[in-house]
Amino acid sequence: MIVETDGMTDTLERARVSGQSRGEVIREICRHLAPFQTGERPITGDTVIAKDLTIDSLAIMDMVMELEDHFDISIPMNVVAEIHTVDQLADTIQKLCARR
Amino acid sequence: MGLFDRHAGLLEAYRDVRTTGYDPFQIRMERVLSPTEAIINGRKMLLVGTNNYFGLTFDPSCMEAAIEAIRAEGTGTTGSRIANGSYSEHVALEREIAEFYGKKHCMVFTTGYQANLGLISTLAGEGDQLLIDADSHASIYDACKMTQAEVVRFKHNDPSSLEARLRRLGDRPGNRVVVLEGIYSMLGDSAPLREFIDVCKKYGAYVIVDEAHSLGALGDNGRGLCESAGVLDDCHFIVGTFSKTLGAIGGYCVSDDPDFDILRVTVRSYMFTASLPPSIVASVRQALKVVKARPELRTQLWANVATLYEGLAAKGFKLGPEHGPVVGVHLPDRMTAIGFWRAMLDAGIYVNVAVPPATPNGVSLLRCSVCAVHTREQLEHMIEVMTGIGRQLGVLDDRTLRVVGGAR
Repeated sequence: MIVETDGMTDTLERARVSGQSRGEVIREICRHLAPFQTGERPITGDTVIAKDLTIDSLAIMDMVMELEDHFDISIPMNVVAEIHTVDQLADTIQKLCARR
Repeated sequence: MGLFDRHAGLLEAYRDVRTTGYDPFQIRMERVLSPTEAIINGRKMLLVGTNNYFGLTFDPSCMEAAIEAIRAEGTGTTGSRIANGSYSEHVALEREIAEFYGKKHCMVFTTGYQANLGLISTLAGEGDQLLIDADSHASIYDACKMTQAEVVRFKHNDPSSLEARLRRLGDRPGNRVVVLEGIYSMLGDSAPLREFIDVCKKYGAYVIVDEAHSLGALGDNGRGLCESAGVLDDCHFIVGTFSKTLGAIGGYCVSDDPDFDILRVTVRSYMFTASLPPSIVASVRQALKVVKARPELRTQLWANVATLYEGLAAKGFKLGPEHGPVVGVHLPDRMTAIGFWRAMLDAGIYVNVAVPPATPNGVSLLRCSVCAVHTREQLEHMIEVMTGIGRQLGVLDDRTLRVVGGAR
């Protein structure tokens, strides 16, 4: 398993050091999700990706691949399966960036 | 939540598909007349969507071999390979496939799906990393659900995307296992195998190549992309199926790994299902002989591919990126694809229709598969019919036709 739940604060600190602020990560995720937005509802950290947006499971995996290359990390498929919200995706990206 | 609520989205897509009055997923072949013709909805249809690349389903020598085997050994084995289901003929078939590839070992499975499912999920285990092409077949994706390994996708046919993912693993422990396909089943494109092999060598990764659609079609001896790319020795495991070029059903895996046979008592899809019936084993053994003895079938297949591909391209259709036994015709959206498919059926031609979520990048396709025994007339007729429908549905505009006509 790549993702563990150890020392979240510490991890986030390292993420900041490696240059991936929360804001940057969220912005990048939103940029990829924008085409799948429904109606006027903005995409926030609480947005449930597969439910609140018009995106199918294949498109989610393709979006993850783009994010992987942007941040130069790999997010295993079994980890993606456990991610539901934008916040959870951002957490995963920050953790993986921190241990890069 | 009800049992079927989670399928609500799919149900909606399925309803769309059925609005034309025909359900592409429930087409009934009322009577198959030959590799290229069948009765559907009470009328004779031209078949251009059956994966029957050499047309061997009706090869008299294969049919006779199957009939003889039934008389000699009955209709089924009623048991698995590790119990009462290993006959001398299964072992002979394994030996013949291994020889065909020049590999030491071969395992035969009851379907190609089971070969991928069992092998991939068993070879890559806990602590290993499995890397798969984004456009992989469902059997490969399903293996990913079963494996204890970590699974990462790389961009379709993109060796640099694979390399980035191998590089990111750094010095983490675990075997790296990369899964590729010879020819991809939706658009008929081949993997840049040599480049992929170079990357795998650099990072010490094992390579599994699925030659389901390329067996017979590629390579001087029909061994597939591994042969035509000159990398047979660098592919650790080659998987394939009997249900396309060899005209029956079943799967196989060949390898030179000295410990290969341990898979016979570890791969569950091999151990816990009944083995192939004697008739299938016999027809496959004969079909393999035909593939070796009649290279002209491969020549004819590619000549037919050129006729269909170039013919459709000249009319302005947007096709898969290269010639292949599968010719994928891009259409703008799901409903157009389904309407087009239905119009072709009305015109007496059966092809496959492939729409999201079963297709890469959300594309909608007519998936045509070419057969060595299609006649030039049959294919030219098909191009004519498709051009007519394409113009009717506004997929081909007259301007395209004029430009193409003027340019050639």
